[in-house]
Amino acid sequence: MLRFIMRRILVTIPMVLIVVTLTWGLIRLAPGNFYSGEKKLPPAVEKNLREKYGLNQPWYVQYYRLMRNVVQLDFGTSLKYEGQSVNSILVRTVPVSAILGLLAYLLALTVGLIAGVLAALKQNSKIDYASMALAMLGISLPSFVLGPLLVLIFSLTLYWLPPARWNGFPSWNLLLPVLTLSAIYMAYIARLTRSGMLEVLRSDYIRTARAKGLKELDVILRHALRGGLLPVVSFTGPALALLVTGTVVVERIFALPGLGNYFINANLNRDEPLIIGIVAFTSIVILLFNLLVDIAYAYIDPRIRY
Amino acid sequence: MSSNGHTLLSVKDLRTYFETEDGTVKAVDGISFDLQKGETLGIVGESGSGKSVTNLSIIRLVPRPPGRIVSGEVLFHGQDIMALADDDVRKIRGKRISMIFQDPMTSLNPFMRISKQLMEITQLHLGHTKSQAYEHAIHMLELVGIPDARTRVDSYPHEFSGGMRQRVMIAMALSCQPELLIADEPTTALDVTIQAQILELIKRLKEQTGASVILITHDLGVVAGMTDHIIVMYAGKVFEQAPTHELFDCPGNPYTKGLLRSVPDPAHEAGTPLYQIPGLPPDVAHLPAGCPFAPRCERAEEICTREYPPFVQLAREHFSLCHFAEEVYAQSCRERDAAQNEVSETVEPIDHQATNGQTRTKNA
Repeated sequence: MLRFIMRRILVTIPMVLIVVTLTWGLIRLAPGNFYSGEKKLPPAVEKNLREKYGLNQPWYVQYYRLMRNVVQLDFGTSLKYEGQSVNSILVRTVPVSAILGLLAYLLALTVGLIAGVLAALKQNSKIDYASMALAMLGISLPSFVLGPLLVLIFSLTLYWLPPARWNGFPSWNLLLPVLTLSAIYMAYIARLTRSGMLEVLRSDYIRTARAKGLKELDVILRHALRGGLLPVVSFTGPALALLVTGTVVVERIFALPGLGNYFINANLNRDEPLIIGIVAFTSIVILLFNLLVDIAYAYIDPRIRY
Repeated sequence: MSSNGHTLLSVKDLRTYFETEDGTVKAVDGISFDLQKGETLGIVGESGSGKSVTNLSIIRLVPRPPGRIVSGEVLFHGQDIMALADDDVRKIRGKRISMIFQDPMTSLNPFMRISKQLMEITQLHLGHTKSQAYEHAIHMLELVGIPDARTRVDSYPHEFSGGMRQRVMIAMALSCQPELLIADEPTTALDVTIQAQILELIKRLKEQTGASVILITHDLGVVAGMTDHIIVMYAGKVFEQAPTHELFDCPGNPYTKGLLRSVPDPAHEAGTPLYQIPGLPPDVAHLPAGCPFAPRCERAEEICTREYPPFVQLAREHFSLCHFAEEVYAQSCRERDAAQNEVSETVEPIDHQATNGQTRTKNA
């Protein structure tokens, strides 16, 4: 197991470098650059800037420098936010996104699991139909529709909750963005839990557990839940990737100073070091979380221990 | 069958129906039988004949919905299980009546150590502490012949072979010394060599513990050496019911005769096709009027498709559901006598077996 984990961590390094390479290539391939703003810079100024940032070097020298810096986790300074290193921006923005994402996932997990298990236990009942209809709605409604809709109802009509902005943690400001972000995961998890539980509840070993004379609650908690939750666990990996893209939209809607919001700005500004810094950071996080998911999976299902 | 005070289980007119989109499936439709203490009963039939549902009904494990026990009594020590509260049925399940299922590969929880799955049952029913239950689990594994039980008890099911897993299932089922063991096709999913071992094991443990056994199978070869009585089921109904030797010697139902002829004979002539009952088991949701076996029956006449057959008593404990039960019974007995005469006349036993096999195939 330990060797498996070490191997997976080692594999992470080339994968991050590949992601960074692709991002770098895409930035270079796209027309325009940081200096092609609305106001044309005098040629001498642009030349000086290019020299300062090493952009006058041939591409392979620039690429080599980039890779060397990425390996050392040094992403340089932002072009737009002068005097701020990319790392300091990350340190400032990551907690905001992490709190948002974590709360959203916890909410989705709690509500989704309960709804899914109940729906499975009471298959074809009102609870089942209601929760699955809501889940369908959650999946179909994109966050850029749901977010403004919630703001319209709870902030602009009922005046219950603040419509936007970061106000530290914990605060009521978080409720609407967390709700918006978690809706789709809640829905997915509820559906996955339901189908997973339904399959397990029909399986032979549940019949065995019942034939032993166990109480129905023990049958579910001790025997059914573990197998029924496997699909949810494997969904956690992709969910995290989606969560990252989700925060980009939600942070924009609710004007939160998180990683996603800065990522959009960095792209609009052609802030190459910041783009690469954020991309490298998120890909490392996603790869590590996928590793955690695999470890959790092996822990739950003894058949796939390495 | 007579009940003489030693009756352990008495099933009376049991009916279990399933509501499907295709209509009501009468999986079990009026089954009655008695099981004496220490006796082994075989229930034989093709797939879908209702043999498994009968036994799931006995301990009320039919999935509901879509299943529904419509009527009937299951008297266990004279107490009707159908009338008990759920909690009281649970006290019987696994403790006094336990089950072994067909597929040992899927019947054990793949996420739980064998030890835990075995301990669970004695902690529940016998009030064992953890350490008592653990020791008991090891003891049970030794009893069913798992080598190195102490080191293997903490394995997961996937670390065991199919035969070993079925042994674990048997150990689990016998943990609380049940009075009745229901084995639902315990050997179907196993290799032939393992089959014999498992059957031998069930037989030995049954003798040691004095438990009664219901053995469900579609393989007549399996029940021959194991059972005292046999019930032949078809389309949710009892077609024939008799003591084992009597059923094999003088079957009183064309369906039973067909089943017996379908068992491959070691003396079967190479190159000639094996016998099979023509047609397929009926769609239980849409049974024909009259006898459900009539469309496949060689003996069928016009009356069979029109009128439901009577349940005829042929001998003291021998019943058959057929319009021509007595005729079929008489013919079977004549064939048996003829075969026995042949045995006494033949000098070389090998020759006799060959001729015997052939005559049987020709005559029947």
